[in-house]
Amino acid sequence: MEPIEINQLQNHIDKLANKEVYIHLETTNGAYASHFNQDAYNLGAFIRNAKVIYQRGKVVGTGTAYRVGLKLDIGWIYAEGVNQYEVDEHNRILMAGHDREGRLMVALQISETPFQY
Amino acid sequence: MSEHVVVIYPHPDDEAFGASGTITTFREKGIPVTYLCGTLGEMGRNMGNPTFATRETLPEIRKKELIKACEVLDINLEMLGYRDKTLEFESTEEVAEHLFSFLDKLKPSLVITHYPGHAVHPDHDAFGAAAIKAVEMFPENERPTVWAQAISRTHLEELGEPDVQNDVGEVFTKKFETIQAHKSQADGMLSKVRNEADDIVEATKQWLGVESFYTWNF
Repeated sequence: MEPIEINQLQNHIDKLANKEVYIHLETTNGAYASHFNQDAYNLGAFIRNAKVIYQRGKVVGTGTAYRVGLKLDIGWIYAEGVNQYEVDEHNRILMAGHDREGRLMVALQISETPFQY
Repeated sequence: MSEHVVVIYPHPDDEAFGASGTITTFREKGIPVTYLCGTLGEMGRNMGNPTFATRETLPEIRKKELIKACEVLDINLEMLGYRDKTLEFESTEEVAEHLFSFLDKLKPSLVITHYPGHAVHPDHDAFGAAAIKAVEMFPENERPTVWAQAISRTHLEELGEPDVQNDVGEVFTKKFETIQAHKSQADGMLSKVRNEADDIVEATKQWLGVESFYTWNF
């Protein structure tokens, strides 16, 4: 993955607008959060292979963290804290936010074919 | 009964951090060891530092790391094909049947797994519970011994001292090598030690040099 180059990422997101796509959306602070720090809460959520069509998608932010919003017919998909991305060999847009130690905090991925189960 | 140790954990690297010293001492005595590994750690959070894995490449990377670690330990590996973070939502009976299908063939003398309810990660608790249910499927006089590993913060006060405490200091080089085989995860797990210690192997030994288990009472 590479640091986000906003115009390039925006182009990739535009290309998949108004098409049937599969989404992987995830956020987590890890299964050990409250084990290592009693004051912390474990939290996380993921949805894999949600099939949607977005009318438009937009990347907003500066420098080290970006927000991505995808506008659906009757809803939204939103991710905050994204800082790296790549378009992989299957033409999937993989976006993620990592902390200083390389741990994943948030992921948003868009693909024209289902993600492997 | 001939000796055969079966290790049942859900994630690639659970065996390295939790039992690789104990496994090494069994292998040094020529006792075969088989690892039934539940998932490929698909949802792991450590993506390398600097990041080299993505959510989609992580399973393949961790599969290679797992195979390497099992080569280091010279043990047999069976990958069971569940998905990381979902084990607690599977049917415990079905998972137990699946585990039993292996145990029935391998006829282990000892099973090592997580202590359900004291293993912190939901996958650990669920897989440990299924492993114990699987062992219960043997007739009482054919049941292998089960060593259950508790890592919760409350295990000492709630369960007392573990009755098996293996000091694995003498084989720690092998344990460290096994942990290092899981490169994507080791970088993150060892980063705290690395930041605070000059000799990372010695500091890791202080942390992971004793492997403790509770013999399960059926």
